[in-house]
Amino acid sequence: MKIAITPDQLIFTEGTRLFPSETSFGNFAKVITQTDFLAYFGNSLIVSLGTAGVTTLIAAGAGYAFSRFDFAGKRVLVGIMLVTQMFPLLMVIAPIYKMVAALGMLNSLTSLIVVYTAFNIPFATFLMQSFFDGIPRDLEEAAMIDGCTRFQALRRIIVPLTLPGLGATLGFVFTAAWSELLFALMLINSNDAMTFPVGLLTFVSKFSVDWGQMMAAGVLALVPSCLFFIFIQRYLVQGLTSGAVKG
Amino acid sequence: MARMELSSLAKRYGQVEVLREIDLTIEDGEFVVLVGPSGCGKSTLLRMIAGLEPISGGELRIDGRRVNETAPRDRDIAMVFQSYALYPHMDVARNMGFSLEIRGKPETERRPRVAAAASTLSLEPLLARLPKALSGGQRQRVAMGRAIVRQPRAFLFDEPLSNLDAALRVDMRLEIARLHKRLAATMIYVTHDQVEAMTLADRIVVLNGGDVQQVGSPLDLYDRPANRFVAQFIGSPTMNILPVTLDDRGLPRLANGAAVPLEGLAPEGVAGRIAEIGLRPEHLVPGAAEGALVSGTADLVEHLGSDTNVYVRTEDYGTLVLRVHGHHPVRSGDALHLHARPGAVHAFDRDGLALPRRSR
Ligand SMILES: Nc1ncnc2c1ncn2[C@@H]1O[C@H](COP(=O)(O)OP(=O)(O)OP(=O)(O)O)[C@@H](O)[C@H]1O
Ligand SMILES: [Mg+2]
Repeated sequence: MKIAITPDQLIFTEGTRLFPSETSFGNFAKVITQTDFLAYFGNSLIVSLGTAGVTTLIAAGAGYAFSRFDFAGKRVLVGIMLVTQMFPLLMVIAPIYKMVAALGMLNSLTSLIVVYTAFNIPFATFLMQSFFDGIPRDLEEAAMIDGCTRFQALRRIIVPLTLPGLGATLGFVFTAAWSELLFALMLINSNDAMTFPVGLLTFVSKFSVDWGQMMAAGVLALVPSCLFFIFIQRYLVQGLTSGAVKG
Repeated sequence: MARMELSSLAKRYGQVEVLREIDLTIEDGEFVVLVGPSGCGKSTLLRMIAGLEPISGGELRIDGRRVNETAPRDRDIAMVFQSYALYPHMDVARNMGFSLEIRGKPETERRPRVAAAASTLSLEPLLARLPKALSGGQRQRVAMGRAIVRQPRAFLFDEPLSNLDAALRVDMRLEIARLHKRLAATMIYVTHDQVEAMTLADRIVVLNGGDVQQVGSPLDLYDRPANRFVAQFIGSPTMNILPVTLDDRGLPRLANGAAVPLEGLAPEGVAGRIAEIGLRPEHLVPGAAEGALVSGTADLVEHLGSDTNVYVRTEDYGTLVLRVHGHHPVRSGDALHLHARPGAVHAFDRDGLALPRRSR
């Protein structure tokens, strides 16, 4: 933050002062106008929102099923999802690269969304399941007795109560996708499709580490995450289900 | 208004038989209370009637029509949950009107019906509140209100008052009794509370081990329990059971040699079959040593004000309970000699089946 607003010539001379003696927003302007920063930023936004949306949708469905129904193979499925969480990423990155390449989907944001979604679903599903577990079954049953179909009970009763959970899951997946570097680096080469973390790396090579611009870009990169959490935080308010049931 | 017929109704979870062959007819407008020990399947039976639990065997008919496969929302039955299950994101009025809303009834129809139910239950000042801003008793009333608004064919209650404190429980019990009188709707009510069962029920159904043990009016069950289980389950404190031996003339005698007073029992049933006798705590009276059925020392004395419960330790029968009306001067450690009130003895055979009593 400090480096981002320090004029270039002062960065290395000022040492470790908390506030620079002069401030300059020139780095921000430079980053936005003179680099492909905006394009990277847009790509990241597309990928992260896409991943968060798709993952949360799938995780909500799967989490609900895990929470409410007993079906054959449920334990096996949970086991598999747990195991996937234990694999080191480096082990699967090469096969995934090959798969994506074979499909001719290198350098596409879609492939990133697909890969991110696949990697985030297990944890997001556990997250959603625990939110559904926190909603008493009695509520759905009461709704069904009151005249709802199972789907109506879901839409009218369960979904409104799950908003905090949906918000948390969205936020979690969004952040994970936003800051992901490894796959983005592997699967994206063209400048057009670069996401923000990859783009940031290009600052290193292109400008022989322009610290000022890099930090300015870094600060800007925090903006969407912050905005996103401000946006969803009203759904994160806890205690929405309190009062449903006694004790 | 609904008449319900349960024929050979069964519930299995895999290999586990929770309910088997339940046969029961509940008349239109009847108030039936289900009682039984924890885990005997009361809630399960209620949920099967509501449609929340699939039926494994047998048939459930409402007003003559088979409803085994009918979805809960098409059964036109309301249920009050032990947990109340109020919708936390809806205010009281919307909670109560939800069933009408979901059935597409217009606001103009919903509002008066919610208002009417709210006034019955004195909920008017609370209509705009969310459930979390209500006390336990108020939530309970909202749950009842939600059921009433629908004007359903039948009401199901699963321990609706068990989360309330004692005073509130009495209020709500009276409220439910009044409600039943006014609506004359069929009601099925699960409870652990003896007083609720005895006071509310037209008929009580005692369940145990997956079977119906006995069905009858509260006083029927109290005066003529079908077996030892019902005898001990209905009534509090529980009935004392004393094993007897038969002398060479075939007459039952207690451990100290005292003859069992058999008036009250139908003579033809007793001979040779009697294995145990049962005496309710209020049918035991302390008296002279001579002719006592059993003697012992007072162990614990509970003063309830209106009654006194005395736990008596005996050599032959363990601890027996007696209940005397009003205050009683007995102290812990006092010697007591117990007699039975005339005609009060219950008798059971070796299988725990009750021997017939004289009709009064
Ligand atoms: N999903 C299930 N799988 C296996 N057994 C079950 C399941 N649900 C309930 N049971 C069993 O069914 C029996 C009846 O349960 P139920 O809840 O109807 O009892 P209850 O009479 O209502 O008890 P309580 O008085 O404690 O509420 C219990 O022994 C319980 O263990
Ligand atoms: Mg129960």
